[in-house]
Amino acid sequence: MPAAVPAVLAAAGVVFVGLPLVGLLERVSWSSLGSELSAHDAYVALRLSLETSLGALAVAVAFGLPLAWVLARRTFPGRALVRALVVLPMVLPPVVGGIALLYAFGRRGLAGQLLYDLTGWRLVFNTSGAVLAEAFVSMPFLVVTAEAAFRSMDRRAEEAAATLGAGPAYRFWRVTLPAVAPALGAGAALTWARALGEFGATITFAGNLPGVTQTSPLLIYLDIESGHETTALALSLVLLLVSLGVLVGLRQRWLGNP
Amino acid sequence: MSLSADVDLRIGGLRLRAELDVGDDAAVAVVGPNGAGKTTLLRALAGLTPLDAGRVVIGGAVVDDPRAGVRVPTEERRVGVVFQEPRLFDHLTSLQNVAFGLRARGASRTEARAGAAGWLERVGLAHVAGLRPRQLSGGQAQRVALARTLATEPAVLLLDEPLASVDATARADLRHLLRQELRRYPGSRLIVTHDPVEAAALADRLVVLEDGRVTQQGPLSEVTARPRSAWVAEMVGLNLLEGTASGRSVVAGAGAVVSTATSLTGPVFVAFRPNAVTLHRRAPEGSARNVWEGRVSELHPAGDRARVRFEGPVALVAEVTAGAVADLALADGGRVWASVKATDVEVYPA
Repeated sequence: MPAAVPAVLAAAGVVFVGLPLVGLLERVSWSSLGSELSAHDAYVALRLSLETSLGALAVAVAFGLPLAWVLARRTFPGRALVRALVVLPMVLPPVVGGIALLYAFGRRGLAGQLLYDLTGWRLVFNTSGAVLAEAFVSMPFLVVTAEAAFRSMDRRAEEAAATLGAGPAYRFWRVTLPAVAPALGAGAALTWARALGEFGATITFAGNLPGVTQTSPLLIYLDIESGHETTALALSLVLLLVSLGVLVGLRQRWLGNP
Repeated sequence: MSLSADVDLRIGGLRLRAELDVGDDAAVAVVGPNGAGKTTLLRALAGLTPLDAGRVVIGGAVVDDPRAGVRVPTEERRVGVVFQEPRLFDHLTSLQNVAFGLRARGASRTEARAGAAGWLERVGLAHVAGLRPRQLSGGQAQRVALARTLATEPAVLLLDEPLASVDATARADLRHLLRQELRRYPGSRLIVTHDPVEAAALADRLVVLEDGRVTQQGPLSEVTARPRSAWVAEMVGLNLLEGTASGRSVVAGAGAVVSTATSLTGPVFVAFRPNAVTLHRRAPEGSARNVWEGRVSELHPAGDRARVRFEGPVALVAEVTAGAVADLALADGGRVWASVKATDVEVYPA
């Protein structure tokens, strides 16, 4: 009898994760799906989500990749501390991240005030603020995967490249990057998916302005609160499909060989 | 171009302290036991492992001198390296691999492709130009690696056990190719190996590295005839004794006396071939002979000959016929006399 206990608990676990998905799919109004998604608010939110999440991915790559490289290949005092700091947003409640961003980049924040005084530019209630919030939360996914890839790759090919006359930049672009490309692709997919689903930090820091900072997760929440269930469900379905798409794309790396 | 180096470095448990000169058109083989620092020496020359002290000079230009703050990075040294394993770039085809160095040094795409195609042809691999490293056999991959290195026209060529990763069937072909290419190559060549056959095939000078130090160097024929360490003697298949000479007799280690045909004084090495040793069941009689009494400790039959390890006042290896093994009943152990003619003994200052 005790042998069956883990199997039963495992089955319960599957039901626990699976049931909400079934519930969601069951309530989706399939016939009106097209019209719900092409309605102005939903369409705008989806487009904004796509733009901001890709923007966040670009920011994460621009800063996260060099950061991962330095963490993997250089030794310097405080490296462990830097790594912990960079990974912190992964475990930090997003709403806390949003508040922290506010005190740093908000109009009266440490850097935000200076930025506003110098350029008149503000991030709060601005699409770039949504990008920033999403990047803050999602960048650790890129740093962690890229650092592991840089660290574990076979360095011998880089040495061979040096003996062939390739300098550091040439080696990086032509040898290192192609070698870590599959891992980077996976990291980028995770980063993008996390940015796409970002809610807490975005609403806290960037606000909830339709067409400016109101991304799909924000609109879903608002629609559910205000009784527009069908729109919320239609948008949820889109995000669910995207998540599944990312998962299928990562199948080789994360789900092992079937 | 020539290569000269005075390498001093510590890495792991190894202290490497070696001086080396490879002339403009010379091929030198660095031989030595595993862990002696051969690969580390090669890496230091290529700039892949930093020196603690000393200097490396390539074609008259100092490329490494830590005391003077000089350290030219690998990519600017113009050293071609063929590593133990091919180290090809997995994401590139054979042709692109060979073109890599040309592209890195600024050749146009067309130039690089043309040059690479020529080199692949030269190593007999034009037909695999479009294949990726994973699709190549071990021997093919190492040929591509050789072509890739030679295509950059390096000022000096360093090879680190280039045949080690290749299986036995492909080895002879690759050795032949290496020999041919090394002969055509115009600059200094340095080959790290632990295989005496490889060393003899590819180099005309030997540098023996043991425990991080050069224990012997010289022309191939001299090193093989007059080994100066037990490892070299073993490699070239000679018996080696150390002793002190006075005239035509040498007192070797444990008090055994060796008669020689040459007269010398002071510390000497004594070397003789295993097949110059004769074994007897009774004390032999004769002139100018060295005779020692002892016993057989090991017996290795090899075809119609056998290698016999003899322990007496001196330890030595004798090579005798299978017939002698039977006639003398050597396998039984027991008392044996070993003799060597004085004229078969090579004696030279230590």
